[in-house]
Amino acid sequence: MFDIDRWNEIWNALAKNKVRSLLTAFGVFWGIFMLIVMAGSGKGLQNGVSEGIAKFAANSAFFWAEQTSEPFKGFKRGRYWHMDSEDLQFLKDKVPEIEYITPKNFTGRFGNSSNVIRGKKNGSFNVKGDYPDYIKIDPVTILKGRWINDLDIRDKRKVCVIGEKVFESLFDPKENPLGQYLKISGVYYQVVGLIRAETQININGRTEESVSLPFTTMLQTYNMGNQVHFLAITAKQGIPVSVVEDKVKELIKKKHSIAPTDVQALNSVNIEKEFKQMSGLFLGIQILTWIVGIGTLMAGVIGVSNIMLVIIKERTKEIGVQRAIGATPRVIIGQIMLESVVLTTVAGYIGLSLGVGLLELVNRIIESSPQPPGERAFFTHPEISLTVALSALAVLIVAGLFAGMIPASRAIQIKPIDALREE
Amino acid sequence: MIQISNLHKSYVMGNNSLHVLKGMDLQIEEGEFVSIMGSSGSGKSTLLNILGILDDYDQGTYYLGGKLIQGLNETRAAMTRNEMIGFIFQSFNLISFKNAAENVALPLYYQKVSRKKRNLIALEYLDRLGLKEWAHHLPSELSGGQKQRVAIARALISQPKIILADEPTGALDSTTSFEVMDILKEINDQGKTVIIVTHEHDIAAMTKKIIRLKDGVIEEVIKNGELQLFKDRVRTE
Ligand SMILES: Nc1ncnc2c1ncn2[C@@H]1O[C@H](COP(=O)(O)OP(=O)(O)O)[C@@H](O)[C@H]1O
Ligand SMILES: [Mg+2]
Repeated sequence: MFDIDRWNEIWNALAKNKVRSLLTAFGVFWGIFMLIVMAGSGKGLQNGVSEGIAKFAANSAFFWAEQTSEPFKGFKRGRYWHMDSEDLQFLKDKVPEIEYITPKNFTGRFGNSSNVIRGKKNGSFNVKGDYPDYIKIDPVTILKGRWINDLDIRDKRKVCVIGEKVFESLFDPKENPLGQYLKISGVYYQVVGLIRAETQININGRTEESVSLPFTTMLQTYNMGNQVHFLAITAKQGIPVSVVEDKVKELIKKKHSIAPTDVQALNSVNIEKEFKQMSGLFLGIQILTWIVGIGTLMAGVIGVSNIMLVIIKERTKEIGVQRAIGATPRVIIGQIMLESVVLTTVAGYIGLSLGVGLLELVNRIIESSPQPPGERAFFTHPEISLTVALSALAVLIVAGLFAGMIPASRAIQIKPIDALREE
Repeated sequence: MIQISNLHKSYVMGNNSLHVLKGMDLQIEEGEFVSIMGSSGSGKSTLLNILGILDDYDQGTYYLGGKLIQGLNETRAAMTRNEMIGFIFQSFNLISFKNAAENVALPLYYQKVSRKKRNLIALEYLDRLGLKEWAHHLPSELSGGQKQRVAIARALISQPKIILADEPTGALDSTTSFEVMDILKEINDQGKTVIIVTHEHDIAAMTKKIIRLKDGVIEEVIKNGELQLFKDRVRTE
């Protein structure tokens, strides 16, 4: 097996048909290269997207009011309605499966006109009214200070928590924003926290570009009465969020005199469902990758088998001589199979290495390219697991064996006497 | 050494069958130097191929060194060839991408002799045939006579009992032919059985026994003592 003559033999056989060997090897090379690059890219996309949403509570759902689409109990269709603060306690009481329930309100952001001012600096940002529990659903990194707390809610304190972009535009980089005041739509708030988003899910504007006020402060300051614009709910461990979603919808509709059949009036997003759809998509990408990759690989392997057949035909006489001087069929078969395996494996290995190399290069480019803070690429760590790489190599070796089988059996079917007969 | 009785061989091509050997009887002892003669198409190569277990036969028996050679599978046939027989071909049949030494060493490769050892032995054999300086040349760099000497070294290296040569001088000029025959004679002197096929009388005359084939059987066997007569006869023919 490791006799140098055997490798010599293989090298000579392949080198004698350089162009053909290269072309066929290229088929295998390309097959495995494509497989690796596609599988790696699929994984990169998956990594990027899942990193962006991974920390978001997967068992959450969100609700917001829209115009009604059906008349009910004397109301016309097209009615504007809204949820209110009472709904919170009401839902907590009626739906025991709820773990966290937090409201979220927004003030309008009026085009590009500045709504947040600090001395001579100003900017246009999203202003949100939040609850302490909200960061249990959509986690944030607290860079400085703190998030909104229960006292803020109770006392309707005039404090705010700002995103990184807000800090950048209103403060000098070295300044400490804590304790400073911002004028938001005419009212002063003291900055108590600086945060960075951990997820790529943005509700009514990016977290980086947002200022969060205590929910109750917002209601009071901006005359929102007890309106709730937006409701975020998570289900308790082990309970599908769809169960909660359905119950909440039914109860809220009943409470606000909306037709039970009205599907438009209370809109919602179920993150669990979105996650599932996404993983289905990734599975699809993976399956497609393997089908295309293995198809290409097969074409390459058939090419190898073909070239081996041609080589055998050209070497009929040589094989005849070898057999006349004592090469047993096993020796001949072993040699041809090994040639085939070497051709596929070497070509495949090069494809594998270049594929992995390309993924690594892309990864480095992504990582070294400057990214805005808190923002992640939707394509990160394109990679191939060792298992995938090893099984691809195993597939290659097996494929090489198969590719060698037909030529090998053809070679021993030639009788030495026929191979030697002089024309 | 070789014992053949009532040997039949036909070539079947489609519906036609060509009966080449028609009940041949032949006995060759160890250490003989035999040439097989006959007109073209008389079945000389066919007989030699059967002797070399390169081809099988239809009827009769063939004993080689006391062993019946019949219906061997390819592995057994290859091993028997490797052990017992050395082949020399008219067109040398050296492997073009191997140098002289590697070609000579090849039979030992099939015997799983280590590379170092077999290359050493190959050099020894090449030296004996006066080709030491040519050991690392490719066949394409050698003359016809040199190629045939490499082929002879390759036939000898596995120390077979029998050397079979089909028209070993057929591709060589007469001077070179005689050189090759001298080598074969030397080999025979060392005790090996040598059987050659030829249609050249002067080549045949250098052997110790001539077997003339005609119509698929042996027409005539000319032994040692009668060779002078044979030579005279050839001259007058
Ligand atoms: N494989 C074969 N198939 C069919 N006919 C063959 C084959 N080999 C030899 N022959 C025929 O058998 C006859 C004897 O051939 P061969 O033994 O090669 O003769 P020689 O070597 O004496 O010239 C010839 O007529 C030849 O054409
Ligand atoms: Mg012949």
